[in-house]
Amino acid sequence: MTQIRNFCIIAHIDHGKSTLADRFIQKAGLADERTFRDQILDNMDIERERGITIKSQSVNLPYRSSKGEEFELNLIDTPGHVDFSYEVSRALASCEGALLLVDATQGVEAQTLANLYAAMEHNLTIIPVINKIDLASADIDRTREQIEIDLGLDSSSALLCSAKEGTGVDAVMDAITEMIPPPSGSPDEPLKALIFDAHYDNFRGTIVTCRVFAGKLKAGDIIKLMALGTTHKVEEVGVFRLKRDARAVLSAGEVGYIIAGIKTVKDTRIGDTVTLASNPAPEPLPGFMEVKPVVFSSIYPVSSDDYRSLADAMEKYQLNDAALTFQKDSSAALGLGFRCGFLGLLHLEIFQERLEREFDQSIIMTVPTVMYKIVLNSGETLHVDNPLYYPDPVNIKESLEPFIRTRILIPDKYMGAVMELCLSRRGVNSRFSYPTPGRIEIQFEMPLSEVIYDFYDRLKSTTQGYGSFDYDILDYRKSDLVKLDILVNGEKVDALSQIVHKDRARERAVHVCDRLKDEIPRHLFKVPIQGALGGTIIARSTISPFRKDVTAKCYGGDITRKRKLLEKQKKGKKKMKMIGSVSIPQSAFVAVFKTDEKEK
Amino acid sequence: MSSRFLPETCPAFDSIHLGGGTPSLLAGEYLAEILDCLRSCFRIGDNCETAIEADPLDITDEKAAFLKAAGFTRVVVGAQSFDERVISFLGRRHRAKDSIAAVNVLRDAGIENIGLDLIYGAEGLPVSAWISDLDEAVSLSPEHISCYCLTVEDGTVFGRLASKGRLKVSSAEAERELFLAGSRFLRDKGYIHYEVSNFASAERHMSGHNLKYWRREPYLGLGPSAHSFDGGRRWWNKRTVRGYCESLEAGDLPLQGMEHLTEEQSALEMIAMGLRIRVGFKLDEVILPWIDQQGVDAMLAQGLISCAGRIIAPTVEGYLFADRLPLEITK
Repeated sequence: MTQIRNFCIIAHIDHGKSTLADRFIQKAGLADERTFRDQILDNMDIERERGITIKSQSVNLPYRSSKGEEFELNLIDTPGHVDFSYEVSRALASCEGALLLVDATQGVEAQTLANLYAAMEHNLTIIPVINKIDLASADIDRTREQIEIDLGLDSSSALLCSAKEGTGVDAVMDAITEMIPPPSGSPDEPLKALIFDAHYDNFRGTIVTCRVFAGKLKAGDIIKLMALGTTHKVEEVGVFRLKRDARAVLSAGEVGYIIAGIKTVKDTRIGDTVTLASNPAPEPLPGFMEVKPVVFSSIYPVSSDDYRSLADAMEKYQLNDAALTFQKDSSAALGLGFRCGFLGLLHLEIFQERLEREFDQSIIMTVPTVMYKIVLNSGETLHVDNPLYYPDPVNIKESLEPFIRTRILIPDKYMGAVMELCLSRRGVNSRFSYPTPGRIEIQFEMPLSEVIYDFYDRLKSTTQGYGSFDYDILDYRKSDLVKLDILVNGEKVDALSQIVHKDRARERAVHVCDRLKDEIPRHLFKVPIQGALGGTIIARSTISPFRKDVTAKCYGGDITRKRKLLEKQKKGKKKMKMIGSVSIPQSAFVAVFKTDEKEK
Repeated sequence: MSSRFLPETCPAFDSIHLGGGTPSLLAGEYLAEILDCLRSCFRIGDNCETAIEADPLDITDEKAAFLKAAGFTRVVVGAQSFDERVISFLGRRHRAKDSIAAVNVLRDAGIENIGLDLIYGAEGLPVSAWISDLDEAVSLSPEHISCYCLTVEDGTVFGRLASKGRLKVSSAEAERELFLAGSRFLRDKGYIHYEVSNFASAERHMSGHNLKYWRREPYLGLGPSAHSFDGGRRWWNKRTVRGYCESLEAGDLPLQGMEHLTEEQSALEMIAMGLRIRVGFKLDEVILPWIDQQGVDAMLAQGLISCAGRIIAPTVEGYLFADRLPLEITK
């Protein structure tokens, strides 16, 4: 166990985390140059494109140090977004140390900071590493200064490397063995293993990734998942080395996987403790939390004939996404679909992209909303997460909406702008603290509904990318809510209805009308778009009709081209949703909850 | 070469059209040779419409006499405009007087069907300028007038100029007004607006050749890049002169590509082409399965099409949406 080191890499997007991980994998001899698919750890398309890690992963790296000692290094890759902050916390809890990777050409950036604080909360040993020193624009001195001043770390211990060229990588690996403490915990105690990830495999069922804190585990053992109280028989244990590498036993200090005939990822919980049924640990590891969806949205197939196929895709999808919840839903405008719950807006967007790309579904999503509590005059309390089920206002005694505490970390020069943003989002009870010189942490109590659309985007643009943001759910508070309806060409589109705070209704209505005006193509007739509260129109826009659509010449050689264009246009039209005689593209339903470029 | 591949049952050709580029540039004897060659290789009908596109500067007394003697029945003069501002904008070498002279010379030579090609929408000129342009054209009593709206396409010289803001491009609204005013003027003068861009003084003066395209009748295209259609298949020749000649010299058909049209594709073409012509298309059993009755009703209500005796046809207003209508009325 003294030869094991468990660590993660903290880095801003593009600072070279994946490249460095690739080098480690090569140094460990797990993959050579030729068989190497670059950036092995981020293996979902979406993760690559967005430069973020969505699911935790780990890789076991055998390493012989420069002093000739044999080590096993476990690199635990963590997700990098507030939606997945609980998963991050469980991955961090599985490490003893972290490499803080900073791009020498960019310096310290916001995301680095937020993740660093999280790592510090878990008492991890931090090793600063300055990357990309091979680039001409690298400014090592300035980066050191930032590490010293902005992060409050000792920059004299910072290592220099170029993950791309491979220079300094050995020194980084040696530092991991020398500076990060080995795991503690005894293999003789009752088993305690922390689940920090689970994914679904078509052949083996759910593969649980865990860190063993005490005891040991082997095939044939009967394990108990302490929070769920379920038991399973272990089929295989092992470690990840790009592929699964079965081991006879996993013991205290190690990071690895368990295969135990667990059907879906929903049968496990991130943060749960695995113990042995025969000799259970007296209490589980601390920090377990049931992650609940906070953002809700309905999805519908673009063509209602595709409902069956969407239902199948949802079944398959949820095998690998325990956080997603869903149930059947139906809309007058869009037909049969599903009401889904998500951890946050990024979770929602990833879901949407993966469903379209990996499962080939063409879907329409409705405006995301939170769960409101509506108390009726009869005394009954309704939980409403879908505007379709918003009760008649005359029956409502009072409405409540969920509040959160936000923690926003920014360089202090952006304080004014960020305060303004938070206040405009109905933020109250602000509190300030100064974790490091030049940085300020702002806390606000805010309605959750105010942050689910575009708050993070706005914060980013307000602070030029330096703002980081995190939140906890607080409680439900009384609120003045209304249901905003959208009418297209005089017809109410139920899928565009939203529950909003009364003071924000007009602004939202104007936003939706403007966005729909940009997204809905011209028709042969004028298309009015209106936002209404009950029978009162509070916003409107108009799509002016086509004035002309004809090519001057169409002779023998033009017919094929013309027909191909028509075929393409027809296909495009089929992807649109007909509301009355108006075709609304899928993009319009998404655009209504995106930040307007010009509003930024 | 093509004649050898034509089926025995192929009916006689009833139109020959020399166009694309400026065939009038060829010396009279070559034109005669081409026609002779066609007549010896293919079965040509007695009253075959024989047409040629001509640049005004090519039409001399001698050339006109030659065209008549060779058997051309129809000559289309690329006048473009009688407004010098428009002609010079288009970069043509001729002047308005050359077009007038060409028409007169052709008339004197005994050509009975003379067509004029005109362009509108250039230089942001107002409706009044376009109408006086048309008035000039009508004063020559041409049997046929084509009015093409100036189309600025990306990747062309005009396109580049327009994207740099150095070209006055008419708005859709302005083009629409020019189109409607032009149509009204010519119809008042007795012309039939029989296709989006085409007018004829009488049924018999319509371009029988072009109507084949719009009514999806078979045609055979010869020469580089020419398209052919036999009712079920459409094929097109190699684009370059060199590639075209090489194939022929090797004894091959100079084919670049071919498509076999599905029933749906055929129906879509029938509908799309039918919506460009005054006579429209018939709602027969081939077409009906693809028609969206709601769309038809909506377009009828908007006055963009008419429907009588199971024939759907565009109105003059409907011509303005000829590219859109097929999308609206099909499933």
